[in-house]
Amino acid sequence: MIFVNGLPAQLPSDARVSLLDFLRDHLRLSGTKKGCNQGACGACTILAGSERILSCLAFAAQFDGQSISTIEGLSVEGVLHPLQRAFVEYDGFQCGYCTPGQICSAIGMRAEVKRGIPSYVTADLLAAAAVDRNELRERMSGNLCRCGAYNGIIDAIIAVDVEVEP
Amino acid sequence: MTPFSYTRASDAADAVRRGGSGQSKYLGGGTNLVDLMRENIEQPITLVDVTGVSTGIEPVVGGGLLIGAGARNTAVAEHRLVRMSYPVLARAILSGASAQLRNMATIGGNLAQRTRCEYFYDDGGSRCNKRRPGQGCDAIDGINRGHAILGVSSACIATHPSDMCVALAALGASVHLHGLTGDRRLPLTEFHCLPADHPEIENVLEPGELITAVELGPLPVASRSTYRKVRDRSSLAFALVSVAAVLKVDGGIVRVVRLALGGVATRPWRASKAEMILLGQPATVEIFRAAAEAELSDAQPSKHNGFKIELAKRTMVAVLTELSTDRGDISHG
Ligand SMILES: Cc1cc2nc3c(=O)[nH]c(=O)nc-3n(C[C@H](O)[C@H](O)[C@H](O)COP(=O)(O)OP(=O)(O)OC[C@H]3O[C@@H](n4cnc5c(N)ncnc54)[C@H](O)[C@@H]3O)c2cc1C
Ligand code: SF4
Ligand code: FES
Ligand code: FES
Repeated sequence: MIFVNGLPAQLPSDARVSLLDFLRDHLRLSGTKKGCNQGACGACTILAGSERILSCLAFAAQFDGQSISTIEGLSVEGVLHPLQRAFVEYDGFQCGYCTPGQICSAIGMRAEVKRGIPSYVTADLLAAAAVDRNELRERMSGNLCRCGAYNGIIDAIIAVDVEVEP
Repeated sequence: MTPFSYTRASDAADAVRRGGSGQSKYLGGGTNLVDLMRENIEQPITLVDVTGVSTGIEPVVGGGLLIGAGARNTAVAEHRLVRMSYPVLARAILSGASAQLRNMATIGGNLAQRTRCEYFYDDGGSRCNKRRPGQGCDAIDGINRGHAILGVSSACIATHPSDMCVALAALGASVHLHGLTGDRRLPLTEFHCLPADHPEIENVLEPGELITAVELGPLPVASRSTYRKVRDRSSLAFALVSVAAVLKVDGGIVRVVRLALGGVATRPWRASKAEMILLGQPATVEIFRAAAEAELSDAQPSKHNGFKIELAKRTMVAVLTELSTDRGDISHG
């Protein structure tokens, strides 16, 4: 049993099914996208607990008893998550293919910043990171955007108060 | 993908019981293994999930740090003692892959990850001695811009891709193993093998042997250390050249130095020749350059990667210069 966006689901019997294929093909949750299927693009990013991970390099079977969230679980009763609204407002996408991954990734990223995790570009590894554009670009580098909406993506992330709970 | 059965190990002994025989593989974060299984390069029939085994990060009595093999890369870079006492390790980990991948990847998996050589990955179309021993190596006369210049053989010129292991090599870390015949530990610099005539043998793990931990000794001077990675784009790319360095200069003289190179060698490369030249000498750019020259003196470039020789030298000099002049304890990446 796995819990997806709060709802229980039966795990597949074939251990080969990736978490990504499980979400898309078994549960018909097609918001999570398949880009490269090899860990290099971030389109398949989901949240395991509050951590961002890549569903293409995970087997569904590994998540027995665990809770995960996908883009479909972010809006509450039709009201978009603040980051979703910010992506619309700040042109954080063009075609939208990378967007579910970008948004899940940004939510995970904000939790990491709160925990005080530094990035490669953080000057002082022991001090709280300033969340400037440079930091955000580095922290979001696991999510590629073929449309090059990067500036809008960073604008959207900056626009949402870092203190807003995911 | 070849069908396989999936089980979870509860502890190291349980893992070895389940994974000690036949064609089984340990599964860490899966970020390398799942990819290789999808390419049919790895075809285990049993996967033993070891992400629940040895996940702790504990100070060692008398100084040092014991990092469980099941700890995630993020957890290690995040750990306060790592950031404070071994910044080179935190920064090396943070320079690798992406945040999502670091959240998944384990320490054991990072150590045992396989090369990113494109010909190794191309099961359908290329010859590779690592994939099929004795078949030949298409990288040697192919496009080898990313390949190694140190520790190469006529059978294989693939780099070891890990950033973290380069920092561990500089820090003189040791690796703890648990197998059917008991426990052993060895220096990280002896864990990975040079390719020589058998590039298919990448490390000293016996069949079914499990990495249980990485141990860092007490090294107070390591609070002044850093990792610099040079690559084609500034993030989410493997190293062309990287340098891990610990440096203590006192009265203008190099008192302690630990250096290791990534991106240029077939295994995490401790730069002992350079260290020998630097020790006890004035901390000047001329000495730094001489040390770098010595380390790269027997580099063996292929057609497209000769640029790495000068790049490695310059990066070594730049990092040593930074550590010898920067007043902060922790320097920039
Ligand atoms: C797109 C992409 C970019 C990347 N960029 C970088 C980079 O810039 N720098 C870098 O350093 N790395 C990079 N990586 C590689 C990444 O660091 C490794 O894939 C990761 O560290 C492997 O850890 P894992 O736990 O996921 O290993 P797994 O994939 O689970 O396992 C890898 C191997 O280790 C074995 N293994 C796992 N645990 C143990 C154990 N306890 N004992 C014995 N054997 C074990 C497995 O059987 C397998 O053979 C990148 C990966 C991807 C996909
Ligand atoms: S360099 Fe090594 S890994 Fe790459 S093709 Fe040659 S033998 Fe295979
Ligand atoms: S589809 Fe998972 S990272 Fe590209
Ligand atoms: S909006 Fe098209 S890929 Fe990002």
